[in-house]
Amino acid sequence: MIDGSVAGSTGPAHASGLAIETTALTKRFGRQTVVDDLALSVPRGSVFGFLGPNGSGKTTTIRMLLGLAQASDGEISVLGERMPQRLGSVLPRVGALIEGPGFYPFLSGSANLRRLDSADGFAPNGTRSARVSRALDTVGLGHAADKKVRAYSLGMKQRLGIANALLAPRDLIVLDEPTNGLDPQGTREVRSLIRSLADEGTTVFVSSHLLAEIEQMCTHAAVMRAGKLVAQGTLDELRSAGTTRVIVTTPDADAAARVLRTLGLDPGHPDAPGPAVTATLSESIEPEDIVAALVAAGVRVRGFAVDHASLEDLFVALTGEGFDVVQ
Amino acid sequence: MSSSDPRASGLNARRTTRSLGAGFFASELAVLFRRRRTWAMLLALAAVPILIAVAVRISSSGSSGRGPAFIDSITQNGLFVGIAGLTIAIPLFLPLTVGVVAGDSIAGEANTATLRYLLVSPVGRIRLLVVKYLAAVVFCLAAALTLSIAGILIGIALFPVGPVTLLSGDTVGIGDSLVRSLLIALYATVSLLGLSAVGLFISTLTDAPVGAMAATVVLSIVAQVLDSLSQTEWLHPWLFSHYWLGFADLLRQPIEWSSFGQNALLQLGYVVVFGALAYGRFSSKDILS
Ligand SMILES: Nc1ncnc2c1ncn2[C@@H]1O[C@H](COP(=O)(O)OP(=O)(O)OP(=O)(O)O)[C@@H](O)[C@H]1O
Ligand SMILES: [Mg+2]
Repeated sequence: MIDGSVAGSTGPAHASGLAIETTALTKRFGRQTVVDDLALSVPRGSVFGFLGPNGSGKTTTIRMLLGLAQASDGEISVLGERMPQRLGSVLPRVGALIEGPGFYPFLSGSANLRRLDSADGFAPNGTRSARVSRALDTVGLGHAADKKVRAYSLGMKQRLGIANALLAPRDLIVLDEPTNGLDPQGTREVRSLIRSLADEGTTVFVSSHLLAEIEQMCTHAAVMRAGKLVAQGTLDELRSAGTTRVIVTTPDADAAARVLRTLGLDPGHPDAPGPAVTATLSESIEPEDIVAALVAAGVRVRGFAVDHASLEDLFVALTGEGFDVVQ
Repeated sequence: MSSSDPRASGLNARRTTRSLGAGFFASELAVLFRRRRTWAMLLALAAVPILIAVAVRISSSGSSGRGPAFIDSITQNGLFVGIAGLTIAIPLFLPLTVGVVAGDSIAGEANTATLRYLLVSPVGRIRLLVVKYLAAVVFCLAAALTLSIAGILIGIALFPVGPVTLLSGDTVGIGDSLVRSLLIALYATVSLLGLSAVGLFISTLTDAPVGAMAATVVLSIVAQVLDSLSQTEWLHPWLFSHYWLGFADLLRQPIEWSSFGQNALLQLGYVVVFGALAYGRFSSKDILS
């Protein structure tokens, strides 16, 4: 497990600068353990990517964070308060999109938002209409406000779901796969929306299985695999935890491999075709020493590269190559 | 906003105290009565006394003197049409519509996935149950009043109207008889309180609204069947449907209130028991819909 532990997050839940903290969070459905001993630390003000393949337990974790499902074990604190005990004072400060939007098909978009807003006991009635139209404008649904949700497209419903999370000023916004069903323009808008929320100081917790998306907008990330947290930290910490490879381009592949082996590396043939040898770089060897050794051994070096693993390589390494859902 | 935080301004202001939920209750009623389904059910209920009145009017040339209670009286006095309509609707049509509304209460929200958004708003699980139940009660009242009023209007249109002869033999004026019609509608509403609570409880058990509606309606029929079997006589006073047709005492002079009271007490018992069951189930339920 790679743990670029964030802000020394082992202290008691209430005293820390964390927007979300869980300890030993576990959820079992019957015999299946869907979330297993989760220790999440989401710093305040971060844009936190929650990554994991299908069925890895992201949505289940979010349901527990928001008091929809009870944890089988472990503790949760959100915005410094215990959940679900302090649900009534925590949730008004949290906006959420959980596993897709949910609306009354027979009501218009704005009527739906007014309805959900009226359920929040702390939302003032007087500004309801103004807040609803502001949220609709933010997600680009101003013109479809009076259309029945039944007649909304998938992406429009998704946008309406995001608008619902933005109805009131929030300290934390939880978005479960927010760009699901959105067109490229909508995806970009969501990304810039998330950035502007973060600029205002809102913590954004966003789940996704799309790595590129996380890489573009997050400051921190955690990776789930089959209910377990396999990595957590800032993006830089995660990247540096990944492997670094050297790639030697040479017509003397066998000789190069021999040299690398004498240096204690484990060379293999690269995925790309062509006369090249690759090896995972270990910390004890500097790249320039490898070049020197190769040249000294008479290997005709035509190219030499040090390749940091992309987050995607890390993600695949952590969560497995296979397409099959783990559980 | 007097109750908003003075530090925040404009659209970002928040209430400092939690509202009791009157706004949410209003929203619940708006959602209920903005649905076409609700209006379709009320229209269908209104059609019951209208059909009775029209049928009796067409065939009344040779008065039969037979048929269900109150049907005979219609031809003499149109004010009885509302009561006849209620009598016919109480065993099946009313429980059907109430089963739809109460059975849909929680399961319907789960089905549209709005339940999780209401709960994270956060509406509060108890508050949601209470508001859902109160909305079902409002629907019961609307349904009973629809039957009554549609009956009275069609009765006035098709039949002679005048002072009403009560079951006790006394005669009361039109105003008094309208008040009694209202009382009977109220009696029917009270009669449905127990079934509404049963429906609310069933609705917390499933994410499939149709299943909850069907189960509620089936239970109302089972209760009436049990109530008609002599083998289950010991059970009769405990069945929520036992007093459903017992409003005749409201047509005596002076009004005999004891059956109203017994009915109300029984319904209250059902509300307490099934309200507690619904709370027990819903307050700790994992919302996975
Ligand atoms: N109601 C349920 N009953 C039993 N098992 C469930 C239930 N809901 C989810 N699961 C199981 O929990 C596991 C995690 O599901 P979850 O929805 O949290 O995954 P996820 O990470 O959100 O996946 P995705 O990327 O597809 O949204 C899955 O194996 C799923 O089968
Ligand atoms: Mg999910």
